[in-house]
Amino acid sequence: MLDFNRNHFELFGLKPGFAIDAGALEQAYRSIQSEVHPDRFAHAGEAEKRLSMQWTARVNEAYATLRKPFERARYLLELQGIEALDPNNTRMPADFLVQQMEWREALAEAQAAKDLAGLQRLEQEMRRVADGLQVQLAALLDERHDYAQAAEVLRQYRFMEKLLAQIDDAYEEIE
Amino acid sequence: MRGEACDGAALSDASALTLKPLMKIMALLQIAEPGQSTAPHEHRLAVGIDLGTTNSLVATVRNGISVVINDEYGHPLLPSVVHYQADGTVTVGYEAQARGNEDPHNTIVSVKRFMGRGIKDIPDLATLPYHFVDAPGMVQLKTAAGVKSPVEVSAEILKALKARAEAALAGELTGAVITVPAYFDDAQRQATKDAARLAGLNVLRLLNEPTAAAIAYGLDNAAEGVYAVYDLGGGTFDISILKLTKGVFEVLATNGDSALGGDDFDRRIYCWILEQAGLAAIGDHDKRLLLTRAREAKEMLTDHPVADITAILSSGQVVDLKLTEQAFHDMTESLVNKTLLPTRKALRDAGLQPADIKGVVMVGGSTRMPRIQAAVGEFFGQTPLTNLDPDKVVALGAAIQANVLAGNRAGDDWLLLDVVPLSLGIETMGGLVEKIIPRNSTIPTARAQEFTTFKDGQTAMAIHVVQGERELVSECRSLARFELRGIPPMVAGAARIRVTFQVDADGLLAVSAREMSSGVEAHIEVKPSYGLTDDEVARMLRDSYEHARSDVEARQLAELKVDGQRLVEATEAALAEDGEALLDARERAAIDALLQAMREALQGDDAKAIKRALEALNQGTGDFAARRMDASVRRALTGHKLEELDI
Repeated sequence: MLDFNRNHFELFGLKPGFAIDAGALEQAYRSIQSEVHPDRFAHAGEAEKRLSMQWTARVNEAYATLRKPFERARYLLELQGIEALDPNNTRMPADFLVQQMEWREALAEAQAAKDLAGLQRLEQEMRRVADGLQVQLAALLDERHDYAQAAEVLRQYRFMEKLLAQIDDAYEEIE
Repeated sequence: MRGEACDGAALSDASALTLKPLMKIMALLQIAEPGQSTAPHEHRLAVGIDLGTTNSLVATVRNGISVVINDEYGHPLLPSVVHYQADGTVTVGYEAQARGNEDPHNTIVSVKRFMGRGIKDIPDLATLPYHFVDAPGMVQLKTAAGVKSPVEVSAEILKALKARAEAALAGELTGAVITVPAYFDDAQRQATKDAARLAGLNVLRLLNEPTAAAIAYGLDNAAEGVYAVYDLGGGTFDISILKLTKGVFEVLATNGDSALGGDDFDRRIYCWILEQAGLAAIGDHDKRLLLTRAREAKEMLTDHPVADITAILSSGQVVDLKLTEQAFHDMTESLVNKTLLPTRKALRDAGLQPADIKGVVMVGGSTRMPRIQAAVGEFFGQTPLTNLDPDKVVALGAAIQANVLAGNRAGDDWLLLDVVPLSLGIETMGGLVEKIIPRNSTIPTARAQEFTTFKDGQTAMAIHVVQGERELVSECRSLARFELRGIPPMVAGAARIRVTFQVDADGLLAVSAREMSSGVEAHIEVKPSYGLTDDEVARMLRDSYEHARSDVEARQLAELKVDGQRLVEATEAALAEDGEALLDARERAAIDALLQAMREALQGDDAKAIKRALEALNQGTGDFAARRMDASVRRALTGHKLEELDI
């Protein structure tokens, strides 16, 4: 019987893994939503309304987790009992940290100079790096099952996501 | 997330009643084939209401087509204007509007702008002819008929629309879908729902205005792809990016400004008039007159190059001005740009470029301004779609959804996936915000986060709920404050306080907190501070002179009976569909007993007995409902890679 204890992958009938069939995920999400969404229960009793709300929230959370590569990787590690973003674990290669600082400086400069083209160049470069980290994550999680290394790559990926979010903020400020 | 299974107490207690309901099972089996509803197929009267800043509308689905219900003179719009007299007489709409110039203090226009807002939130206090009263939570207005909250004023507009609909449809309404700007925060949504309750409406759903427009547009045009809905109303601006695929309306991102609309364009003209005519301090009467002239000039410029503005002030002074299209453009350019900023943000949140947008749907009377259409067209690189009346499209879409939610048609044909417009979080150390639900999360949603104490022996924790995107609490909207007490004394950092945020399908937030580590639980449910409790609504109903106490009680009884009848029908339908497959004889008999008790209670007029039967039936069907939900989820997944499932 399907219950709240099933993991996100099982919920959608997908094999656990970093590489997923995005189309199948979306289709399964929509099929379940069609059954459980509160709009289907607007004239039902309280018990059904409450269940519908709980199911929909559960399904939305699972979908939001699996559709984003970062959250998906973190969740896979969680299933392995690894808290990848444990604040006590900040191990990070030195050259990556140096690169981070350089990007941060470039971002601050572009922002101060309201240099839109500069920001766009920076964004493209960071996206390329983030995409590379995704490829690494897929290999580490799905093929080599090297979860400790995957956790480290995920921490790097988080740095990239934060920087990309800062670029978004910079765009907004310039506009 | 916790699955809350109902306990079986109600079921086991009912075992003594099994004999009588057995006959009922047979009766049910005779009349209902599996999968068929036993509920009588009766058309339930449901409406969609667009509660606008400037104008409001009510629409319904008749013979499968969504239509706006006109008033007795054939007007589709109801001006959102309420006039109060000292004897308590309330007039709404055109009649109230006509009194606006004579009696500006007691004629409330654009009340939507004050919903869920404190006095500090109203930037143009000085140009408004009202006597504001600074009240905790929401501002109030002093009128000849007493102090009124914006919720009460809005309820008058809703009552007028309800009366209009019930007269036209010759019956009582089952329920209504009320639209709100997508960018409305929790306080504004809660205030809107309270107004509907006060007006005696059963709210089927609060629906975001752009999403309502997308339903009307999408279903009409069989649209597929990513669309932008640009909704500039009288006082609010929304931009929603929606992905339309077979039967699914998925909001990818939404943004906006809940204090930007056509009213602001009027005010720019008004200020220009004052400047041009060399007017300084003018009375409230003249303010209202010139604001009216300003609005007329704006409307004139929709299809004329020049608008004449003439007015005779109370001093006898004559205002006679000509406003050109160009001058109007220049003075409102910054307002137009103010709509493009949220538009860019929404696109970025959706991860899209303007070129990815297949069509731009224009909604709201203010999008009639040629300058707006040009600016939006330029931004998206395409001519915006205006084939549906921008004043009516929201109400039409809301009516279509109301028809589905009331149960008049199986809602299997489409699905709405909407989002939270603004992040929700709580205050942490140093006045910083910890976001718990990020903006653009699909609703309904529930998220929990754990916090801890920072002092040894700390037994209480203050929880401050805020909404907004900024990192500092002081720059976000404060929604509610509450305290979790009874935490067992521990060293700092040892307590585990789980704070759970839950946003329902109306976009409304509920927050609870619980101490987890010691097994001692303290638990509290809060409503945002602007929300009215049931008691407050009851009091407001009593306060209004037309509702004597007995009326209130009669209405509560009538509402309970409707709820009870609805639950009987829903339970019968559920039993007919899945009773045989999912219940054993004993469970079935227990539910039948509760159902019978509910039917019997509904025969009488004892509100308490009906309430008891309702609660018992709700409780007693909890397990059954859970099994039905599981079964339907399983059905949904059948065909989706079932062979890969290793259950």
